[in-house]
Amino acid sequence: MNVTLAATAALLFGFGTYMLLQRKLSRIVIGLGILAHGGNVLFLASGSPGLPPFVGSGSRRDFSDPLPEALILTAIVISFAVTIFLLALAYRSWVLTGDDEVEDDLEDRRVAAGLRADEEVGDEAAAISESIVEDDR
Amino acid sequence: MSDWLVLPILLPILGAGLSIITGRVRWLQRLIGLSVLTVMMVFSVLLLVEVDRDGTIATQVGAWSAPIGITLVADRFAAIMLVLACLMLLTVLVYAIGQPGAERNHVGFQSVYLILAGGLCATFLTGDLFTLFVSFEVMLTASYVLLTLGARRAQVRAGMTYVVISLLSSTLFVTAIALVYAATGTLNLADLAGKMGDLPGGVRMAFSVLFLIVFGIKAGLFPLFFWLPDSYPTAPSPVTAVFAGLLTKVGVYAIIRVETLVFPTSRPTALILVLAGLTMLVGVLGAIAQDDFKRILSFLIVSSIGFVVMGLGFFTVAGIAAAIFYIVNHIVVKTALFLTGGLVEHVGGSSRLLGVGNMVRTAPVLAVLFAVPALSLTGIPPFAGFVAKFALVDSGFGTGEYVVVGVSLLVSLLTVFSMTKIWSGVFWTPAERIDDEPPPVGHRAGRLGGPVLMVVPTATLVAISLAIMLAAGALFALSERAAHDLLDPSGYVKAVLG
Repeated sequence: MNVTLAATAALLFGFGTYMLLQRKLSRIVIGLGILAHGGNVLFLASGSPGLPPFVGSGSRRDFSDPLPEALILTAIVISFAVTIFLLALAYRSWVLTGDDEVEDDLEDRRVAAGLRADEEVGDEAAAISESIVEDDR
Repeated sequence: MSDWLVLPILLPILGAGLSIITGRVRWLQRLIGLSVLTVMMVFSVLLLVEVDRDGTIATQVGAWSAPIGITLVADRFAAIMLVLACLMLLTVLVYAIGQPGAERNHVGFQSVYLILAGGLCATFLTGDLFTLFVSFEVMLTASYVLLTLGARRAQVRAGMTYVVISLLSSTLFVTAIALVYAATGTLNLADLAGKMGDLPGGVRMAFSVLFLIVFGIKAGLFPLFFWLPDSYPTAPSPVTAVFAGLLTKVGVYAIIRVETLVFPTSRPTALILVLAGLTMLVGVLGAIAQDDFKRILSFLIVSSIGFVVMGLGFFTVAGIAAAIFYIVNHIVVKTALFLTGGLVEHVGGSSRLLGVGNMVRTAPVLAVLFAVPALSLTGIPPFAGFVAKFALVDSGFGTGEYVVVGVSLLVSLLTVFSMTKIWSGVFWTPAERIDDEPPPVGHRAGRLGGPVLMVVPTATLVAISLAIMLAAGALFALSERAAHDLLDPSGYVKAVLG
């Protein structure tokens, strides 16, 4: 495997992972795109290198492996389409909340607050649970 | 018959196109959806009969010969899954048409649903890793759309988690495929079965674990399940029912297929059993903490994935046969429970346990429709769930894995507890008023407990689960034959490579 390609893939994976861990959805989308590129570069490097594989232009040994190249095209199109869907979701989220941060799960926090409440006085717990839901709104 | 293997993939995708064109004429659109799924259903039953009689069949799409071209294969396991998938898709589509909501409000519902059907069938039939990746993507992309169809705030939030997680697992999948191709020079599963043995043991084990992670995310294995109970309950009930019954099972199907066919000598058995135990336990503990009908059921999906993976982890004919039988019963029962959940929400106006109540008196039909699959899911004799769990436990004792079997028995007990929680909250006790919140407004239950087109499909599934109970002997024998095929892949390899 070519060292340059391997290093490129490694860099893309690292940077993609860093972006994926951010809170803003726009950054997550960029991170996922970069990660997908990392995967595709690695895929490209998995075939043997050589001349363009046109029938009749040389012997079979000199050709590069055409299969990964054909498969990557499909993978690129898929990640492209899903990224667009994710961008549409991010836009919808921005329309609904005015922000593209990934929200916390309200139901989880409600259940967690409810469980804590059993040990305390009922009304107080209900107030805490409500205020959490209120804060998130 | 082998030339017709493309039918369950091609037909729904063509149907989806027609469905978009006829979007303005709703009755025609519905007719297309129902007839496409009916044809697929009949075809898959015929396929199962033929495959069970004559053994595995395969076809090379476009006549590109095996290791390079796209191969479609149907063995007994694939054919069983295909029959179940078509059955669930058809009944849930009828339910969706009967329910005021997703299907009526969105012209695109039918076509996206058909694309989901095509993707599902393709994942069961495909014979190479890259086509498996593409089919997963077709299915998942359709599921993204179905999940966020209403574009409400909760759906957008849950949809984002779901899409990001799925996209990440797809990227990992592409990476794994690239590494496998670099190491072996082939992606055809049957070809890989022969070539994987030439690699050093460490590399094989690394691939095996990498695929376990990739498919584990889709299946909802511990610790990669967190997205599932979060996103499923926000979708419209028919959509949740299909997701619950089929989508996670596709991940399990891929795990079973790859671990048995490609990695016969380097299976991370101990890892699989530990993951299975933790998946069962964490799933059921999550279910106990919830107080919402759909969320309890969603956590129980995670728990039951653990049962199936435990059966796989034994790697014996008895264990895998039990796992297959468990999948068969579980798909039917879980879909039925989610459809009943949708009916409860329709009648009661809410799926929160506190918000609804007393339904055993106001809608007795629904109580029956809940009780039968719930008893089967928990594994109470004589229901089919008992047969499945007994077979799992028995095969576990056969291999001497007492710890994980003990965990599974404890989990079964806790499952009974969480089902009792739903029963008493929704059906037995009266609804409680939550201060400052208006009481949920539902629809009139009527004599049937809901609209006919919603009750009949649900009742059909409950009847099918009873039929599985009556035919348990024959079905278990079929599962055993399928498990034999899986553990001895020579028939599969011969059908593909000739």
